[in-house]
Amino acid sequence: MDNPEAKAIVRHMSDTSDILIVGGGLNGPALALSLAQAGFSVTVIDALAEQIRADAAFDGRAYALALSSQRLLAAIGVWDRVADQAQPMLEIRVSDGHAGLGPSPLVMQFDHAEIEEGPMGFMVEDRHLRRALMEAMAAEPGITTRSGVRVVAQATSTAGAGVTLSDGATLGARLLVGCDGRASGTAERAGIGRTGHGYGQTALVCAIAHELPHHGIAHQFFMPPGPLAILPLTGNRSSIVWSETTAHAAEIAAMDEEAYLAVLRPRFGDFLGEIALAGQRFSYPLGLTLAKSFIGERLALVGDAAHGMHPIAGQGLNAGLRDVAALAEVVTLAARRGEDIAGPGVLDRYQQWRRFDTTTLALATDAFNRLFSNDNPLLRLGRDLGMGLVNAAPALRRGFIREAAGLTGDLPRLMQGLPV
Amino acid sequence: MPVSQTTVDPAEVAKFEAMAADWWDPSGKFKPLHMLNPCRLDYICTQIATEYDRDLKAQRPFEGLRLLDIGCGGGLLSEPMARLGAEVVGADAAARNIPVAQIHAEQMGLDIDYRNTTAEALAEAGERFDVVLNMEVVEHVADPLAYLTACHDLLKPGGLQVCSTINRNPKSYAMAIFGAEVVMRWLPRGTHEWNKFITPDELFALLEQAGLRPVDRKGFVFNPISWAWRLSDRDLSVNYVTASLRPE
Repeated sequence: MDNPEAKAIVRHMSDTSDILIVGGGLNGPALALSLAQAGFSVTVIDALAEQIRADAAFDGRAYALALSSQRLLAAIGVWDRVADQAQPMLEIRVSDGHAGLGPSPLVMQFDHAEIEEGPMGFMVEDRHLRRALMEAMAAEPGITTRSGVRVVAQATSTAGAGVTLSDGATLGARLLVGCDGRASGTAERAGIGRTGHGYGQTALVCAIAHELPHHGIAHQFFMPPGPLAILPLTGNRSSIVWSETTAHAAEIAAMDEEAYLAVLRPRFGDFLGEIALAGQRFSYPLGLTLAKSFIGERLALVGDAAHGMHPIAGQGLNAGLRDVAALAEVVTLAARRGEDIAGPGVLDRYQQWRRFDTTTLALATDAFNRLFSNDNPLLRLGRDLGMGLVNAAPALRRGFIREAAGLTGDLPRLMQGLPV
Repeated sequence: MPVSQTTVDPAEVAKFEAMAADWWDPSGKFKPLHMLNPCRLDYICTQIATEYDRDLKAQRPFEGLRLLDIGCGGGLLSEPMARLGAEVVGADAAARNIPVAQIHAEQMGLDIDYRNTTAEALAEAGERFDVVLNMEVVEHVADPLAYLTACHDLLKPGGLQVCSTINRNPKSYAMAIFGAEVVMRWLPRGTHEWNKFITPDELFALLEQAGLRPVDRKGFVFNPISWAWRLSDRDLSVNYVTASLRPE
């Protein structure tokens, strides 16, 4: 277990902090803020240069933040910086659709008024969330950011963790956290394998401007090629996440704007009036990827680095932020009782907390997608009846609403709106 | 009161020497202690913070406190106390535990004074502490009253002793001996002798006879669903912990 090379690396660090976070996307900064505010010194390593992250033009990407995620962002001082640009999601409507026919009349309707906590979530544009996280990090003296550098080597021992950066610097810490996405180099360098599979589907993502107001309603249509979500942005704009078979998605992605819209229009009908693109178009191949372990020696994986899943219900970022809140809580409480913050017993607590939850979510999302991305008439009838049933049962519906709002399960304190 | 070293039962010390190898593996031989540790630490930290008016959210809240960890083993309690700023002496009657604890503390960059000695010897030498941790030891000593008297003598006036042990009743027999030793194999067979277990009322009486003033008691309760321990105000039926003060 003891790697002599690692010991040497840890001893000769040019710079040390309590916690080293690899990844400057969304989870990395959120974790850095949660930990720095609990009194830890944190270094964030971001492969992208700061000015690229600060680019403020709307590129079409947005997130559906569950209420629990919004609470975390509020607790770490980020929410106030995006609240004005966030669109509350007041209602979610789920229906079974058929290309060309629009949604079927059998609809599940989830209204936030049925639960007391507030809106189910908020739509926030990627650029606003990144800017808010960067501003909050810059204002936090406990955080050092190293941007535009990559990790080229990594080693851990019973005593600590260390990395070497592409600019030659060596950094040491007690805990190393990989927030570096589904192709996590941190996990790979630690020899943590992954399991998973592709879906043969690709998500097409874009933002549209539309003629009629959306009234804060999010729509999810289940179409045979894959689900289509229309998520309300501020003003008369919505974010569209739309899955197609990978081959067809490639054709659609290659189309010009008019042809692209001509494919999109009949998929959700005309209830928003005329539509036009409002930003770039993106496409993401979909697949499930799970790290075989969420922890290693002096190491924890967070977000997609631990579990990348189908973005069918917008749960990727929300699950990642749950990891953030859980890890921050486990590590903070451990430090307060004098434990080694990255001791094996402590990291086990994080894994135990998050692994069951995320594995279940990933598999459920997987199964959900298989059930709905299907034109088998029996399955169709079954799911239409199922949706009708859910819609008729208020208790079941409230359960779905709480689930969508991220209020179910063993919620970390930061997500209950409580301090750690 | 003069106390000799004879309260340490040599057979008990030998049993723990045999177990001293992999103290720090949470899934190894000391798994039950590792599982119990966060709960024990929460209790200890709360009691010290209350007694000495310290803020547990501060960086090194126990700075300036001299603390003795009796039966320190591999340092599972000594290390957290040192991290929280206390000046720690870790004492263990099993000589083999001392180098194990020293090596680990050095790896962690912690300065802890580990000694192969007993509570009685330290008391005789005139050592005095603000806090004495006496965790899962009293059920292993030959003469509990003589031992607790030594613990009393080790405290400065107003000092705090935290003492945990195992209750004596059919349930504790089932849990601690049949469950932990025979079924789960968490502990080697023969770790505990049930007739040495002490009920909370007996312990309070012993603490008072030793000159200490008991101020609190709580149960450590294992939840098999969450697979974790928690503190309980009411359920002291198996593992329990007490706080007592040496009167000013």
